[in-house]
Amino acid sequence: MLKDITIGQFFPGDSLVHRLDPRFKIVITIIFIMMLFTGSNVICLIVGGVYTLLAITLSGVPFKMYWKSVKPLLPFLLITAVLNLFLVDSGDTLLKWKFIKITEGGIDISVFMMIRIVLLIMGSSVLTYTTSPITLTDAVERLLSPLKKLKFPVHELAMMMSIALRFIPTLIEETDKIMSAQKARGAEIDTGSFMTRARNMAAIMIPLFVSAFRRADELATAMECRCYNGGEGRTRLRQLRSSGMDYIALGVTIVFYIAAIVVAKITV
Amino acid sequence: MAIIETQELTYTYSQGSPFEKTAVDHVNLKIDEGIIVGVMGHTGSGKSTLIQHFNGLLQPTSGKVLIDGVDIWADKSKIRDVRFQVGLVFQYPEYQIFEETVYKDIAYGPRNMGLDEAEIKRRVMETAADLGLKEELLERSPFELSGGQKRRVAIAGVMAMEPKVLILDEPTAGLDPAGRDKIISHIKQYHQRTKNTILIVSHSMEDIAGFADKILVMNKAKLFCYDDTEKVFARAQEIAQIGLDVPQVTKVFMELKDKGLDFGKEVYTVGYARDLLLRKLAEKGGAADC
Repeated sequence: MLKDITIGQFFPGDSLVHRLDPRFKIVITIIFIMMLFTGSNVICLIVGGVYTLLAITLSGVPFKMYWKSVKPLLPFLLITAVLNLFLVDSGDTLLKWKFIKITEGGIDISVFMMIRIVLLIMGSSVLTYTTSPITLTDAVERLLSPLKKLKFPVHELAMMMSIALRFIPTLIEETDKIMSAQKARGAEIDTGSFMTRARNMAAIMIPLFVSAFRRADELATAMECRCYNGGEGRTRLRQLRSSGMDYIALGVTIVFYIAAIVVAKITV
Repeated sequence: MAIIETQELTYTYSQGSPFEKTAVDHVNLKIDEGIIVGVMGHTGSGKSTLIQHFNGLLQPTSGKVLIDGVDIWADKSKIRDVRFQVGLVFQYPEYQIFEETVYKDIAYGPRNMGLDEAEIKRRVMETAADLGLKEELLERSPFELSGGQKRRVAIAGVMAMEPKVLILDEPTAGLDPAGRDKIISHIKQYHQRTKNTILIVSHSMEDIAGFADKILVMNKAKLFCYDDTEKVFARAQEIAQIGLDVPQVTKVFMELKDKGLDFGKEVYTVGYARDLLLRKLAEKGGAADC
């Protein structure tokens, strides 16, 4: 059950997308998100869709994994779509029955919004699937480094991010273990009344918190033992290097973005 | 009749994904009631996966698990009852402790079974005594206890459900030798009182050699062997080859055999080795009183 969570999961590989500089990948992802939100007409979305498919194909990660990242959010997407359908009131009225009113604008927004969010999740999954969390935080640190001049704790932020990301799988595994252990003692986690389930949640949360604090403590000690004292003067094992391919990828993305803007301008 | 039986039990992790891995491969097994079984195997040999099938925490990809002759997955809604019949103590079980007092934590399992207070109290008291937890400890917070004590509280929590089969996954992992001996002797005490079947997982033979009736060895997801302790130790060489630790005293006697001193039997406890040596010396009329 918990093992199905794919958010933040990394699929090691050696595809074109894997080899790109993570800094470029982050910038490209931001441009991609802007591209999706430039206009709401069919051609605009097709541009976004083609771009997403291109990125997915080049990433070498099976399409099934992208579908898996969208699947858990589908119920929310459907609820949003239904709400938009009934609540948005613009354009020609297509159907009117008592208090229910469906307009052209409503259909547009609910459909476009849904496709857009699906593309958004899949597109940003390309980033997380092809970039290891550590390189990702390295890249964030480098991209934010100009803020250091404003006394913004960039290194500390990146360190916290990488620690948090590093411990997601550990905590998931731990939760799984504790759940199994309590199930072995007859805890009803998936069944039973609300009260018994709430009580049984305590049987999972308390041990989980206890162990998270213990881990944090141990990690802090381990870091101090290795003389960690912030980012000052710290060198890196992995140097980030950009190549011609990175500029090409960035260029292609910008072209797509401009195309989306042009299309949005023409058709509106 | 066998208390635990598996028929062609197979389990595959993450089926259909790139991480697919078969952890248990067509295992056929019959474990008799009332005995102590040592379960051995290298890390990743599938022993932990195997035991999680016995109480229905994992559902076989294919094959069957029978407890008391009944297929536990025949009726999915009854799977919780299986967990009361087969108690499973995980590795480092102290991390599952969560209640505010030791008493309440041991009582958690029995309470989930829906027993009345008097029965719960009897069980908590008895298992606490089996595990050498003094009465004044029962009202303390489990988080204040020492590591070894916490471990015993967690084991008591499962024992108190009085399962027909008790499975312990490396109950002595991470303890010092004194703590290890203590846990083992408490488990023996529990076995003497209840006569219930016990399975103990361990990667070292040294731990279980002295008191297991039978030994089950897993290797690379397959059942390597399941037989009487002596017969398994007779194959000590093979077992050493699959990367498992043979007791030191057995190693010494294997070397002696190579050097021409054959005792005709496999030796796996120090006490037995001493008896054998003394007898040999007596035969030769040497210093039998050493």
